[in-house]
Amino acid sequence: MPTIRVSADGDAALETRDVHVHYGDAEAIKGITMEIPRNRVVALIGPSGCGKSTLLRCFNRMNDLVPIAKVTGEVLFRGENLYADHVDPVEVRRRIGMVFQKPNPFPKSIYDNVAFGPRLYGRPSDLDDIVERALQQAALWDEVKDRLGHSALGLSGGQQQRLCIARALAVTPEVLLMDEPASALDPIATAKIEELIQQLVEHYTIVIVTHNMQQAARVSHYTAYLYIGELIEYDVTDTIFTAPNEKHTEDYVTGRFG
Amino acid sequence: MSGERWSLEAPPELVARRRRGKVFQALCLAATLVGVVTLAVLLADVLIDGVKWLSPTFFTEFPSRLPARAGIKSALYGTLWLMGLVALISFPLGVAAAVWLEEYARKGWLQTAIQTNIANLAGVPSIVYGILGLAIFVRWMFALTGGRSVISGALTISLLVLPILIIAGQEAIRAVPNSIREASYGLGATRWQTVRHHVLPNAMPGILTGTILALSRAIGETAPLIMIGALTFIAFVPDGPRDQFTVLSIQVYNWVSRPQDDFRGLAAAAIIVLLALLLSMNALAIWLRNRYRKEW
Amino acid sequence: MGPAGGRGLRGARARTAKESAIGGVLFAAGAVSILTTIGIIAVLVWESVAFFRRVSIAEFLTGTVWTPLFVPQHFGVLPLLAGSILVAVVAAAIAIPLGLGSAVYLSEFAPSRLRAWLKPILEILAGVPSVVYGYFALTFVTPILQEIVPGLDMFNALSAGIVVGIMVVPLIASLSEDAMNAVPSELRYGAYALGSTKFEVASRVVTPAALSGIVASFILAISRAIGETMAVVLAAGMTPNLTFDVRESIQTLTAYIVQVSLGDTPFGSIEYQSIFAVGLLLFAVTLVMNIFGLWFLKRYREEYA
Repeated sequence: MPTIRVSADGDAALETRDVHVHYGDAEAIKGITMEIPRNRVVALIGPSGCGKSTLLRCFNRMNDLVPIAKVTGEVLFRGENLYADHVDPVEVRRRIGMVFQKPNPFPKSIYDNVAFGPRLYGRPSDLDDIVERALQQAALWDEVKDRLGHSALGLSGGQQQRLCIARALAVTPEVLLMDEPASALDPIATAKIEELIQQLVEHYTIVIVTHNMQQAARVSHYTAYLYIGELIEYDVTDTIFTAPNEKHTEDYVTGRFG
Repeated sequence: MSGERWSLEAPPELVARRRRGKVFQALCLAATLVGVVTLAVLLADVLIDGVKWLSPTFFTEFPSRLPARAGIKSALYGTLWLMGLVALISFPLGVAAAVWLEEYARKGWLQTAIQTNIANLAGVPSIVYGILGLAIFVRWMFALTGGRSVISGALTISLLVLPILIIAGQEAIRAVPNSIREASYGLGATRWQTVRHHVLPNAMPGILTGTILALSRAIGETAPLIMIGALTFIAFVPDGPRDQFTVLSIQVYNWVSRPQDDFRGLAAAAIIVLLALLLSMNALAIWLRNRYRKEW
Repeated sequence: MGPAGGRGLRGARARTAKESAIGGVLFAAGAVSILTTIGIIAVLVWESVAFFRRVSIAEFLTGTVWTPLFVPQHFGVLPLLAGSILVAVVAAAIAIPLGLGSAVYLSEFAPSRLRAWLKPILEILAGVPSVVYGYFALTFVTPILQEIVPGLDMFNALSAGIVVGIMVVPLIASLSEDAMNAVPSELRYGAYALGSTKFEVASRVVTPAALSGIVASFILAISRAIGETMAVVLAAGMTPNLTFDVRESIQTLTAYIVQVSLGDTPFGSIEYQSIFAVGLLLFAVTLVMNIFGLWFLKRYREEYA
């Protein structure tokens, strides 16, 4: 039985109940039940292949895009099951945003990248304000405000990733999912992203997948340790890294394997 | 967000977006199907008009003013002669050029120039090749080719299909993994030895497929052959490369141009033969491609 | 096959000589393509120069009457050029929506089993010879159009344009589809994650990202349409006619060249030379378009290769 000591006390942004994910015959997630408290940063850690990205993708139904993937169990958002029949995944993804490992800006201008999401819902009259606000939240506004019409591909890696964050924020989600957002970036850019996460958590709930344990320790309130599709331990970050309950967790965080 | 009706169902705007998407998707499917339907209609049209003219005499008779006695013997033989000569000329030339471009040429301006040149040649209208053939092979090289002969036609068509062959050959050669070359060089083999014993045998299925596809393109060519003087009404088959000739596609053109309905039917029958030849060549190429598709 | 050593220095020199000879032969094969281009340009220019000694370039390029086979002879090429362009425009109007629509469907929507059938069928469509399309135009398309379109001549630009359009649909479809397939899937995932529907991903992200390749396909298809011969010879007629009315009979640059070849034109006559002048114009127009098209193709390949 996994050691779970994180409870949202009824104020969970997200909750999973016995979620299993199969890719064809292989089981990638083997029955995970956990709560993601509101306005907190939760880090998912574990060795390669443990299923942390797969679990992350359950939260915004991105696994739907993989034809052989099958998700069972419940994922609750504000109490509603994301996988219920009447739920439209597009609507889910509007409220639960995602930032990917490798920055993936569209080959369009900086402005058009950020405006992409809002434009899906019509022609908002305050589009300029929306774009500016999103870029400010992503701590990118000052660097790009004079060249919004330039191609996004001309930005540095770190700037592109912050652009992707701004793009995700522009549709005003409640939860932000981040799949190893800094692993492709240099240390300075990484530090900027981590600083940004600390600022964003005031308004958003953030779930971050990372293979960098120091990063998890710096940035998150709670940490969940996964191993081959199972949740081994889920606790306050400090505890996970200084006094974990499971031997398995201790072995991983002290670098005995992984 | 706080005053909103809370639900994860699709709101009306999303429903509208989805509906619009479905409509466009259907339009795109329709666009794709137009091609399929057109092909079906075309084949049906040809078959309906032409099948009744397909008799054994159709293949053994020469064209005649009387539809009942007309046949494609000269055209069919001419086509086969032409294809044979084109294959003989263009295959070695095309493979050699592809080998040079991929295995010998140093990446420099010359290689780029030749590469770009070949890409451009592939897009030159076929009738321009006909003009070239007329001036060079029929007139300038009259003594060698005998003028408006099947060898002139073959040379012209070879030049036409050469770019296609070379490009296909290059792709096939490029698909051979470098590890094979490295292993060969590592044993001390020369470049030619490596090409001859390792690269070419592995690339050959792809090269053959490309050749067959190039030939199937050649079989349908009409305008360049009209230009170099393949006649539209001959009653003999070629005995040698310097003989005059005609081909199936020109015979089709000739018959289609006549107003009488019977000749339309003959044209359709000739088209059936032409398409049958084409389809079998394509099928052969696809079979080759699938049979020898290697999982590197 | 053992290592190539073991015959001493003399053997090595002979081997190197053989290698060089082989390299030379192969290079010669590659050079044939250069000779071909030089040949085309030389032949076209040579006879055109002779032609332009008898007909001024100005009259050729700006004259609106083309009657080289009648008396009095006029050599204004605009009717032929207009004919070629008219057919190409009709062909583009058909082929661009159909080709692009097919590409979008095949690349973004088609289930793989359906795609496995549809793609070869489109390839077959591309392989049907031009004469067969001419036959199809005469026996099927024109009779139907005559029921629908009032005032349609037996030979007309519309039928020709329609079949030429169908002929180049596979070209647009396959090049555009390649360009769309080359768009990395990370971009699609990013769009989905923002709450896009499948069609929005296809239309707002993939298609704009593949634009260079798509534009290349349009240009190359139009160039193909201008270079088309037998289908337009059979369907559009042999009447030089400076018009934008697609219901009328016209003659294209290519059809004229064929017309002269079908007759008994003595070598060296001005009619014979006119083939080369018209051919030169045709070559120049298609060459410029192909260069543009290939340049666009190179651009999209560089973006994602």
